[in-house]
Amino acid sequence: MYAFDIERPTSVADAVAALKDEDAQALGGGQTLIPTLKQRLAAPSKLVSLTGIADMQGIANDGDTLRIGGATTHATVAVDTADTYPALADLASHIGDPAVRNRGTIGGSLANNDPSACYPAVALASGATIITNTREIAADDYFQGMFTTALEDGEIVTAISMPVPEKANYQKFVQPASRFALVGVFVAKFADGVRVAVTGASNEGVHRWTEAEDALSADFSAGAIAGLTVSADNLIADLHGSPEYRAHLVKVMTGRAVAAAS
Amino acid sequence: MTTVTMTVNGKPVSENVEGRTLLSTLLRDDLRLTGTHIGCDTSQCGACVVHVNGEAVKSCTMFAIEADGAEVSTIEGQANADGSLNVIQQAFQDHHGLQCGFCTPGMVMTTASLLKENPKPTEAEVRTYLEGNICRCTGYHNIVKAIMAASGQDVSAIAAE
Repeated sequence: MYAFDIERPTSVADAVAALKDEDAQALGGGQTLIPTLKQRLAAPSKLVSLTGIADMQGIANDGDTLRIGGATTHATVAVDTADTYPALADLASHIGDPAVRNRGTIGGSLANNDPSACYPAVALASGATIITNTREIAADDYFQGMFTTALEDGEIVTAISMPVPEKANYQKFVQPASRFALVGVFVAKFADGVRVAVTGASNEGVHRWTEAEDALSADFSAGAIAGLTVSADNLIADLHGSPEYRAHLVKVMTGRAVAAAS
Repeated sequence: MTTVTMTVNGKPVSENVEGRTLLSTLLRDDLRLTGTHIGCDTSQCGACVVHVNGEAVKSCTMFAIEADGAEVSTIEGQANADGSLNVIQQAFQDHHGLQCGFCTPGMVMTTASLLKENPKPTEAEVRTYLEGNICRCTGYHNIVKAIMAASGQDVSAIAAE
């Protein structure tokens, strides 16, 4: 790693001030950023750790919506949402491995927006609101392509407001070496319709499958998507799977998620 | 350089570290606790797993400064007070849960976390929990057997008898 300084502020305001320096970079749990730094793929002059900010920790439940602090670890989400939003807890409990889950944070994952990460799928399918130090961003506006979000330089994901669906399920076809999703589909059924978010499949990152949403909103059953086809255009091609394979998986995983939704 | 203070295996320590100093570097190079192994340095192998405030973490993927004020436990702190192997370590020895032994410190630390969360895991739960700990010798069977034994369960049905 190149040399850099680290600050550990204890308030969002201090973190925002520290991030005003040129080349300063926010540090969540570091489970992606630290390996990136080791490979010298990034060279920040300063890291601003967000793990010491008490206001960004933990989960509050105000009825139909969960408010999850941006620095809340996957392990905490997995335990603390088991009763309130089981599909979210299940997703969080299968990210990476136990040691990664004890460090990695939901805010860090959403800020990174890896095209194969799990959290973007639940945030988009749930119609979450990404809360930063300056504003609130709807998930539909937040995710803007592979590793790209609506965040400005120095803007911090302080919390996520996550509406809890009537029924939901996440199906991840695991890439076994990385534990990322080769394809993952999160299905969320609300009173006013169904939202389907797909991760791992597209060169554009997480996205909604609107045809499936329309079909499932009319008939919430696995058979409702039987007649749909997924285009392989602009899907990811790598050594783990072709675009056509991923297109197939999107439909299969969606069907499984609908069948398992509870 | 920044001074960090923490408790390692019950003893207070204070060291000057750079921003980029990893917890694994602090433990191995500064404190000479070389039982924590660096297998891959890419967060994948789990040989460097230690406990920070009771939770398993990969010490090669955490900065030393982030452990300031924490209680850290390493493999060197796992033996019983009289120096004898603890239940998990003894089970690894009894069931030949290692060959070269390089991954073993991480395996033992991860096992301790598993059994704290889930004192009587199933074989499938053990194998799932070991997702972040790679062993290239054993094929895992005897590691799984050792963990089942450490949890006080019958190991006769575990594969690779």
